[in-house]
Amino acid sequence: MVKGNVASATQRPPLPQAGEPPSGDKGGGEGKDRATAPSVGVTIPIAELRASQPRFQGLTAGHRACLGCGEALAARLVTEAAGPDVAVANATGCLEVFTTPYPESSWRLPWLHSVFGNAGAIAAGMEAAYKQQGRTTKVIAMAGDGGTFDIGFQALSGMLERGHNVLFVCYDNEAYMNTGVQRSGSTPHAATTTTSPAGAARMGKRHMKKDIVNIIASHRIPYAATASVAYVSDLRRKVRHALEVEGPSFLHIHAPCPLGWGHEGSATIEVARLAVQTGLFPLLELERGELTAVMPIRKPRPVRDYLALQNRFRHLFGPDPRAQVELEHLQALADHNIEAYGLLGEGEDAQDSEGADTVQRGGVRWA
Amino acid sequence: MLEIRIHGRGGQGNVMAAYLLASAAIDEGREAQAFPAFGAERRGAPVTAFVRIADRPIRRRCQVLEPHFLIVQDPALLHVPGVTAGLKPGGAILSDGAPEPGFEAQLGCPVVRLPATRLAVEHLGRPVPNTALMAAFLTLTGILPVEALIRALGPRFKGDVLARNERLIEAAAGQVEAGLWQEAVNAARA
Amino acid sequence: MRLALEGSQALARAVALCRPQVVAAYPITPQTHIVENIAKLVADGRLDCDFVSVESEHSAASVALGAACAGSRAYTASSSQGILLMSEVLFDISGLRVPVVMTCANRAVSGPLSIWNDHQDAMALRDSGWIQLYCADNQEAIDTTVQAFRIAESLELPVMVCVDGFALTHTLEGLTLPSQEQVDAFLPAYAFSRGLDSSQPISIGTLVSPDHFTEVRASHHNALLEALVEIPAVDALWQQMSGRGCGGLVEVRGDPEARVGILTLGSVLGTLEDAMDEYPDAPRARLIKLRAFRPFPVEALRQACAGLEALIVFERAFSPGGGGIVAAEVQAALYGHAMPRVLSYAAGLGGRDIGLDAYPRLMQALEAGGEGFRFFDLKPDALPEGGF
Repeated sequence: MVKGNVASATQRPPLPQAGEPPSGDKGGGEGKDRATAPSVGVTIPIAELRASQPRFQGLTAGHRACLGCGEALAARLVTEAAGPDVAVANATGCLEVFTTPYPESSWRLPWLHSVFGNAGAIAAGMEAAYKQQGRTTKVIAMAGDGGTFDIGFQALSGMLERGHNVLFVCYDNEAYMNTGVQRSGSTPHAATTTTSPAGAARMGKRHMKKDIVNIIASHRIPYAATASVAYVSDLRRKVRHALEVEGPSFLHIHAPCPLGWGHEGSATIEVARLAVQTGLFPLLELERGELTAVMPIRKPRPVRDYLALQNRFRHLFGPDPRAQVELEHLQALADHNIEAYGLLGEGEDAQDSEGADTVQRGGVRWA
Repeated sequence: MLEIRIHGRGGQGNVMAAYLLASAAIDEGREAQAFPAFGAERRGAPVTAFVRIADRPIRRRCQVLEPHFLIVQDPALLHVPGVTAGLKPGGAILSDGAPEPGFEAQLGCPVVRLPATRLAVEHLGRPVPNTALMAAFLTLTGILPVEALIRALGPRFKGDVLARNERLIEAAAGQVEAGLWQEAVNAARA
Repeated sequence: MRLALEGSQALARAVALCRPQVVAAYPITPQTHIVENIAKLVADGRLDCDFVSVESEHSAASVALGAACAGSRAYTASSSQGILLMSEVLFDISGLRVPVVMTCANRAVSGPLSIWNDHQDAMALRDSGWIQLYCADNQEAIDTTVQAFRIAESLELPVMVCVDGFALTHTLEGLTLPSQEQVDAFLPAYAFSRGLDSSQPISIGTLVSPDHFTEVRASHHNALLEALVEIPAVDALWQQMSGRGCGGLVEVRGDPEARVGILTLGSVLGTLEDAMDEYPDAPRARLIKLRAFRPFPVEALRQACAGLEALIVFERAFSPGGGGIVAAEVQAALYGHAMPRVLSYAAGLGGRDIGLDAYPRLMQALEAGGEGFRFFDLKPDALPEGGF
């Protein structure tokens, strides 16, 4: 019998050093953490892990994501909120590539990557197996927008239709970033990508961004929501709720890509926040297909403020007379979202898009 | 080895007839094989199935091109070119429907008719001629006791439906001459 | 006890005896009866298993992969286009060394559409890294299925059990099913050494750089070579426990002393065996049954072909623009080892019936001399003008 040398990394990067706690939570337990942290071949009860770690980190530092990567941040937040009794099915993409350069892996969760288009089905198989074995482990499928909107859509739809108890998380950076910024079904209208370039005859992508959350919610699944890396506690709350729900749930996270969108790595949160505050990426919750909650926008920002920060929309600010038309078009899309979802809040609200996750402005951290 | 070809139309239980016959033979300790002429036919289209019954293992997987007997579930098919092709000399045809003496004479082989569809409607309330034809075939040839057919139906039907099938089998068996084709069977085995 | 069973029904019951915990399938002719029968066993409470009726074969293979990694015995079945649609995931399953068993109810591949039997589907997956075992009859299909789980799980390699569509899957005959006790004693409970367990997290399917990829591939190749030992060993053990073997890697039938041979895969073997009895005046042939196509049993083949002056490789697939697929590999294996003259035939394509008369015709072709690739039973008049 020949074994070994197969493409499954059991080695992990070193644990965080003292003085570098695994999350923002400060205080005790770091030493204990290190002493009981998992090592190859040692079984540690989940309850003990949970108790010994101030905040569980499913995805540790040391991975190879770009500076300011929205997806890396989102994946860290999702796994932190989800806790340790979770297994991940990851579609091909940046996340898979930058977290698992064999023989290393940044994952502290059981993690399986198969191919690009099958995260929904891999997760379904894992869930079926755990269910059959009577295990409680929750399965999370993770995919980028390509693995959700496009090539992974059929497997995702099938998984939802069959009612698997799986949370499917889409990290949406609005193009095929892993292969070099090609347009996807999620790329917004008028954005430049390498396969929807702006030029004399084109103003970037000609088509609209697929309305994925409503398509998914139309499967009448218990819970579908959108979230943004700019609203961390909102995101965490949605992850926890999605995992509490029995049956399939879907979380669509807007996650800027500094490389593909053409902004500074330090601007990721600002860009993501503006997407919400303009109304271009509304934060929604839908249960069984019905809209149940939105994050209100206190004072909507013009789409120009969001677009102007990103090189992928630079052609909309040039002398081309079509640029104005496209800008108006995008503003109309944002206005439509604000109208259709009733995003305008009445008065100040600690949980609106100005207040949420901004402690200094009076927002409340709930998670 | 005895080779039988069954012709019918999609929905008439053609493959079921072949499976029943082979199942009955296997249950009696004989070697048998049954399979459809594989197709994508929908209801109403002509379909064919094959049965082989032997006393030693049947290894071949080819279709039955030269059968000893033909069983025809839809009499109209007798008029379709190719249906009677390959019938071995000394072979015979069992068909549903009423006799057509003039036409049958042209076929150049013994033809036995059984109002199988009518019997099935009478006993089962459904126009499925297969079971009645199988019962008549076993009676004509004597290759297996008719009871073997009833036993083969056991796993498929229960209770009242099984009882009605049994009565259908008895009625069909009573309408043909027992052992009429015994000689043809002997010739095939020789 | 011998039961009158349709091949597919028997296969479903054989799979059930192996206690799969997750079965995923998408319907395609001629695989359908297998998975319908499994679904019925689950519905009747006779098989405790999650039957996942997926939305495509791509997902069927994916569900099986996910389930097997998460610690459950997993099974799937498909044919033709389904096998091709799965192919991306099938390469992944084997490359990740995950023990999944699938039945390939062999069927021709489009286009044009043909729902009938040949081996083009499985042959297209030749290089997928799966073990491929071809079944000569339905009894072998039953016994090979049980063996497949044991082989897969002991080597952490997926196994494809190739069963001729219709010719076997839709044929009812007298078959013997092993008892549950026999199968339980033969097949240990499923255990996957690299399972996805949240108390011992590992990462499967990572990005592997050029520094490691050759070694990953070499270990996979070595595992397949190890299967050349494991396949006959498991077959021998099963024979000991059940009284029925399947011929290991390569089995010689017909006249073992004959100087001419016919090599086949799958169910056409029985037709040729019967034909040798039906045509006693035709020259005798050594019939060589290639059961394991992957891994390719070079040594066993050399032994089986020893002393042959001429060999017909009679296969139900070919490589367009190339020729016989198995024939080329057989020639490569025999090169330098008393090489017989080899005639390569593509036969029974898209379900064309291969009758008993194939045997004397092949013997005549051998006597007529010549070598190389040709189509069996080709109708030249039906070709377009000019032949193409």
